[in-house]
This record gives sequence, structure tokens and C-alpha cells, in this order.
Amino acid sequence: MNPSPWRLPEFSLRFLAIWRRNFLVWRKLAIPSLLGNLADPLLYVVGLGFGIGVLVKEVNGVPYITFLATGIVCQSTMNSATFEALYSAFSRLSTQRTWEAILNAPMSLDDIVLAELVWAASKSVLSGSAILLVIWLFGLSNAWTALWVLPIIFLIGLAFAALGLCVTALAPSYDFFMYYFTLFITPMMLLSGVFFPVEQLPAAVQAVATVLPLNHAVELVRPLLLGRTPEHVVLHCGVLLGVALVGYHVALALCRKRMIK
Amino acid sequence: MAPLTGAPPLVDVRGLRKSFNGIAAVDGTAFSLARGECFALLGPNGAGKTTTLKLLLGLSNPDAGEIRLCGLPVPAHAREARSRVGVVPQSDNLDPDFTVTENLLVFGRYFGMTADTVRARIPSLLEFAGLSGRAGERISALSGGMKRRLALARALVNDPELLILDEPTTGLDPQARHLIWDRLKQLVALGKTVLLTTHFMDEAERLANRLAIMDGGRIVARGSPREVIEANIEPQVVEVYGDDVKAWLEAEGARSAQRHELSGETAFCYADDPRELLASLQGRANLRYLHRPANLEDVFLKLTGRELRD
Repeated sequence: MNPSPWRLPEFSLRFLAIWRRNFLVWRKLAIPSLLGNLADPLLYVVGLGFGIGVLVKEVNGVPYITFLATGIVCQSTMNSATFEALYSAFSRLSTQRTWEAILNAPMSLDDIVLAELVWAASKSVLSGSAILLVIWLFGLSNAWTALWVLPIIFLIGLAFAALGLCVTALAPSYDFFMYYFTLFITPMMLLSGVFFPVEQLPAAVQAVATVLPLNHAVELVRPLLLGRTPEHVVLHCGVLLGVALVGYHVALALCRKRMIK
Repeated sequence: MAPLTGAPPLVDVRGLRKSFNGIAAVDGTAFSLARGECFALLGPNGAGKTTTLKLLLGLSNPDAGEIRLCGLPVPAHAREARSRVGVVPQSDNLDPDFTVTENLLVFGRYFGMTADTVRARIPSLLEFAGLSGRAGERISALSGGMKRRLALARALVNDPELLILDEPTTGLDPQARHLIWDRLKQLVALGKTVLLTTHFMDEAERLANRLAIMDGGRIVARGSPREVIEANIEPQVVEVYGDDVKAWLEAEGARSAQRHELSGETAFCYADDPRELLASLQGRANLRYLHRPANLEDVFLKLTGRELRD
């Protein structure tokens, strides 16, 4: 009897060898990669923060640039994890056949997909931290609770990496990812309270926004950076963790179907 | 065809079946490899060779059949079994972001080897692969032959008991092919077991002590190269070329040969005793001919036909 693609993942520390492979590649390109991580969100914060900040002085009692920067931390983490789980993982899956090579060693797809998940989340921590650095340098936050943001960034990274890997497992080519961005990532970025409070949206849209994972991320990160205690911590963390775990299992099953015919 | 020794076979495949969308890719294949053998799976494109290898490595799930690799049942324990196997894949999947050394180091880690252990093996692996002095080279700077040799070195990083190669010399120039053959012979001499697929007859004839010809997912002939030739085809071949070859074949050739085939402007005449054929060709200035012993390619074409497979 052949194993079902939907069987539960088998956890092993073997994934670390694959994580280290990706880390070694990243290390070779670390400087341009770090600059990219910093430049893109910095442009958002400075451009929109000062631009719109002139028009909108305060949001919920917080200067607009601070409001925006605390949202951009989450959005930047999401983007970084998503890009890694889509384009980079797809290169290794398809173009470069790296996964194929790894599967000839005593590794399973469980190990490979877990390594990709944790790697994309690790990389997103760098992006998220880069914005944290900007926030501190601009003096937008000096709350010690901000340190709690680091593990939460990792959790956000895991959630979006898991979703991205599901898309990668289904992708016939790079072009496929445009659908995911247009239909999922961009609407989520606009509806999750990154640029403006969710309460500004019509009630029906607000209902949609409350289920979006990025919204849960923002609900956790923004208060922490402003030195407040977030509400519903267990709910928000639970949603992100749930998306990460279920997403990982679905991504793995789809990869098994794709690669082990 | 079971190995004669009492030791269990390193590879044992029975009644293997696999179809994709209702078309059988592997249709009841069975074979086994004893330790120290070099076994070749021969077949035209689409014969089911690569699918057989994937099934053997547990990278595809069989519809039916039993597979044991290094004594372990596959696919149930495929991952463990692969730790004792080295694989040279058909298409290049070296890591393009890494140097030659980094490729070996990273791959060794997949086998749970420490960097020090791999590092200690790298000089001898590179020397074996004829890549000494290229340790720091990027993959893009290597020629096709060098890449294939690096893939061979990478497959040996875990000192495997069994080496599996999928069309190891396809796309290589003659010099590069001979080098690969030479290295594979050395490995067999060292006691490694080798399983390779190929559609080059000379490759199988040179390297394999046993082979199986596959077509349409089935094994249609098997044995040592000599046995396969003796069992399947007349020992002598006369190839005749020229404008009048058709007329000659109809008038005389067909009668004198046990079997003949006309392919384009060439007549292939097979016979136990070619004297009558050769006599009839004397004095025919417009016909050229080549008399040679039958080889594996003749068997291959007889069993799998002359139509294109792609």
C-alpha cells in the first residue's frame, strides 16, 4: 500500500542541513540582500510617512509615521517570507532541481518543505528587524515591549511562508505567482490596517479583514511597538500558528503529489 | 538470473508495475543485482528506465510489485536505504550558487556528515573525478564533462555501496565518455555495485557484466552482453550500401541471409555463415559492404525496432 500524500508530516532535525544550504547561498549575497530588505520598507515609511503624515497628523492618538511604520514591520515581514517561499523556493523546486538532488540523499520532502518554511521565516526576520531598526533610529518607538516583536515576526514569517509554499507547490511557472499577489497579498496589505485603521472600512469589508492573517499580525505588533499590551494575544498568535501548521501540511501534501508520482 | 552467491542481493525488484494516466511505464519488471556487479538497463527513450530508477529509490510509488534496496523495503524505508546509495542523475542538478567544494560539503551534510569528515574526503574525490585544482571553481565555469564528473564525485561523497547512474554519458564528447567509463570500471574493481541506464550499446557492452534490454516497460532480453547477442541474433552481419541495394537484395541477398532488413539505402543481412552473401557481392562495383560480427546494437534494434522513439 502506497503512503497517502496527506499523511502527517514526519518531523526531524535533518531539515537543518537544508536550511544551512539556503543560508550559505544567502551569505554570499548578504550585503545586497540586506540593503534591499532595508531600502524598500524605508521608502514606504519615509515617502508615505512624511507625505501623508503632513495631511494626516495623528491616527488613534499616534503620529501617522509611527502608525505606518508599525504596520510596515508586518507587511515587510509578509513580503519577505512570501517572496522567498514563492520565487526562491520555486527556483530550487523547478528551475535548479535542487530539491531533486536533495531527494537522492537520505532526505524526505517533509524535511525539504520544513527547511523552506523555516528558512523563509528566518529571512523575513531580517526584513522585519530592518524596519525595527529604522523605527528605533527615527525614534518612533522606545518601548521595551518592542523586543517581543522579534519572535512574533518569526511567527508571521512562518504563516506567510506556509501559504506561499502552497502556491509554489501548485505553480506551473513563475507567472502563476502574479495571481497570488493580485488576488491575495495586495488586498491583504490594503485591508489589514497597515496604512489606515481597519475601522475606516465599511462594516462588510471589516468582517473580511478580521480573518486576514496580516490583520492579526498588525494587531499584535503595533501595540507592542507603542508600548501597550495587545488584546486577544492568544487568538492572534493562534491564528498565525494555525495558518503556519495547516499551511505546512497542505504545502507538503501538494509537494508530495507533485514530486512523488 | 538470481545471483549465485548466498548473500542477499543489493537490489531486488519483482513484478514492478507503474502506469501514468493508464499507460504502463513499467510493466512487470523484475531484476536483481548482486554485490560487486555492474548491471545496465538498456532501452530506447520512453522504455521505462528512468521510471524504474525512480521507483527503486522510492521517489515514485509503484502500482504493484516488491522492491528491496540495500536489503530495505521500498518505498516504506526508501529514505534509510538511500543513505547507502549514490545517484548520478540524468540532468545536471549541481548547486549553481556554490563552488565545487561547497557542492560536496553541502551534499555531505544531507547524509549527516560533518564538514570535517567531508573536507577530509574532498581531495581524493576531486582527484578521482579529474577535478583536482578546480576545488574553488564556480559551477558555471565547468564544462559539461566536468559537471558530470562532479556529479559522480558528489554521488560518492557518502562512500555508497551502490552507485546508480541515469544515462551517465549522454551529451558528452568521446574523451569525456571514456573518462567516465574508466572511472566506473575502477569503482567496480574496488567492489562497488553499479546500476546504470543507457541507450549507448557500446557503453553497456564495455561496462556491464549483465544487462537487460527494456522496451515498453518490459524486459525483453537479459544476460551478459555475449549471452544476449548469442541468444537473440545470428552471429554474422553484412551491411550493404549502394544505389542497387534493393535490386540485389531481392535477387540474391534475401535468399542468402537468414534474416534481412532494409533501412533507407542500407541492407542489413544476418547469417550464421556469411560466405554465400559475400560471394554474391563480389564483382558488384556499385555496392559497398561491411562484414562484421553481430553486436548488441543489432540485438537492440531487432528487439525494439527501428522506428524513432520520441
